[in-house]
Amino acid sequence: MPGITREEVAHLARLARLELKSEELDHFAGQLDDIIGAVARVAEVADQDVPPTSHPLPLTNVMRADEVRPSLTPEQALSGAPAQEQQRFKVPQILGED
Amino acid sequence: MTVTEHVSLVPYEDALATYDPVMGLEVHVELGTRTKMFCGCSTELGADPNSQTCPTCLGMPGALPVVNAIGVESAVKIGLALNCEIAEWCRFARKNYFYPDMPKNFQTSQYDEPIAFNGYLDVQLDDGEIFRVEIERAHMEEDTGKSLHVGGATGRIQGASHSLLDYNRAGIPLIEIVTKPIEGAGARAPEVAKAYVAELRELIKALDVSEARMEQGQMRCDVNLSLRPHGRTKFGTRSETKNVNSLRSVERAARYEIQRHAAVLNSGGTIIQETRHFHEEDGSTTSGRVKEEAEDYRYFPEPDLVPIAPARAWVEELRGGLPELPRLRRKRLREEWGVSEHDMQSMLNAGAVDLITATIEAGAPADQARKWWMGELARSANETSTDLAALPITPAQVARVAELVTAGDLNDKLARQVLEGVLAGEGDPDTVVEKRGLKVVSDEGALGTAVDEAIAANPAIADKIRAGKVAAAGALVGAVMKATRGQADAARVRDLILERLGAQG
Repeated sequence: MPGITREEVAHLARLARLELKSEELDHFAGQLDDIIGAVARVAEVADQDVPPTSHPLPLTNVMRADEVRPSLTPEQALSGAPAQEQQRFKVPQILGED
Repeated sequence: MTVTEHVSLVPYEDALATYDPVMGLEVHVELGTRTKMFCGCSTELGADPNSQTCPTCLGMPGALPVVNAIGVESAVKIGLALNCEIAEWCRFARKNYFYPDMPKNFQTSQYDEPIAFNGYLDVQLDDGEIFRVEIERAHMEEDTGKSLHVGGATGRIQGASHSLLDYNRAGIPLIEIVTKPIEGAGARAPEVAKAYVAELRELIKALDVSEARMEQGQMRCDVNLSLRPHGRTKFGTRSETKNVNSLRSVERAARYEIQRHAAVLNSGGTIIQETRHFHEEDGSTTSGRVKEEAEDYRYFPEPDLVPIAPARAWVEELRGGLPELPRLRRKRLREEWGVSEHDMQSMLNAGAVDLITATIEAGAPADQARKWWMGELARSANETSTDLAALPITPAQVARVAELVTAGDLNDKLARQVLEGVLAGEGDPDTVVEKRGLKVVSDEGALGTAVDEAIAANPAIADKIRAGKVAAAGALVGAVMKATRGQADAARVRDLILERLGAQG
């Protein structure tokens, strides 16, 4: 089974705009390795005759008519936001595009 | 903070002497559905911030998406019109990325199973040549929210202290149409890019799946471009110029990138694979972000949605209902209207074909419909940098103006003033005529008085005309037109003058 490397953790951290310390890279590499290892055990029971699936139900074409349903009010929509301004969700400075 | 890059460009012809451009065009079309792709929130433009959201499009835990049937139908129609194969079975996928314009932290899109693939669109260049653009795929996805960056100098993300998000747009259905690499266009690559986007826009409008108004962001184009030295088959590294939002800009962006790439390559540099921003003011592009690799998006099948399997009979039914292709329709109209290829192309570029057709259907003669839309109205649209279709005037109103001209109630000069009044929001043509007092003076009595006065005021000219110098009548006609503030029929005025002075026209 492939081990998760420090470099892979660093790459993921960069994508997620997270700043990780050197020791954290090792720490998370180990944890991620454990998680992936646990999920990978599924592969052990899935034999050739079990096709990969993304949904447990054999359904297709579940659609709805193009009819407007009531939306939340802006107050409701923003009620869980940590911060708001001008009836909009306020988020910290966006990093990574400079 | 303004981002400026000091780049020297290679002259266009020189760049083409060394390199072949290869382009890829990605066009996003916002569908005109009433509701979002995965929830029943309205897609109406111009609503209050965050007034068209729900737990699904806000990405609340436990909220489940359901696909909009018209979104799928529109995607299939677009695919068929682009001569694509329609997938028998396909899924949605999550495109994961960290940016607050999608509250879910992913965009629901399609990855390796697009609903339509392997097609083409024949586009017509200015000289009538047909260029075939191959289509890689057309897939369904959703639009993102709108960010407002606060604290920076010009509303840009650079230097902003924080950003504000409005999620009304998040979840509006998008169809992304991706071309295969466009090769062999040479120096005409920018022209091909423009013609392709123009043709696609016409097609989308003909299918009635979106209004495809570029100035409103309903249709947006990314221009991917790379160069390779003549004789090579391997593609060079590409740049991706994002959100180029007018036909003219598509052409300029491609041209600029050809010149910039050539400069970098000629000086021994390497092109970085990155996104670039296009600047409307000077037609330049500047560096955006270094492009993430597809694997960085960690695409995986969307577990909350079941696969889409368009029934073959339904696909064929949709195929049977496709409208006449815009290019063929233009050919037919060109013959009906008796105009040149070049004039037709200008009308297409101006987005005027449908408007002129509607004006003719509303009763205007073809030549007048064309004249007003391509003359006075095109000028007004240009001055205000809007699309013709966005002008506050309807084909029916233009047809009414044409009717008044045909009836002799307006001359061209007055008709222009009526159009101007309608555009200024003064009301219908008849209201403008009434309010501004713009009728041609056909009252023979009033006209006769004006003619008599002009003759009396210019005895020397009158004598010349009496002596047979008919050409001198022009000065008197001018005087009468001035006295009637341009509201007289000049030909009628001339006749009256000659009649009164006993001269023969």
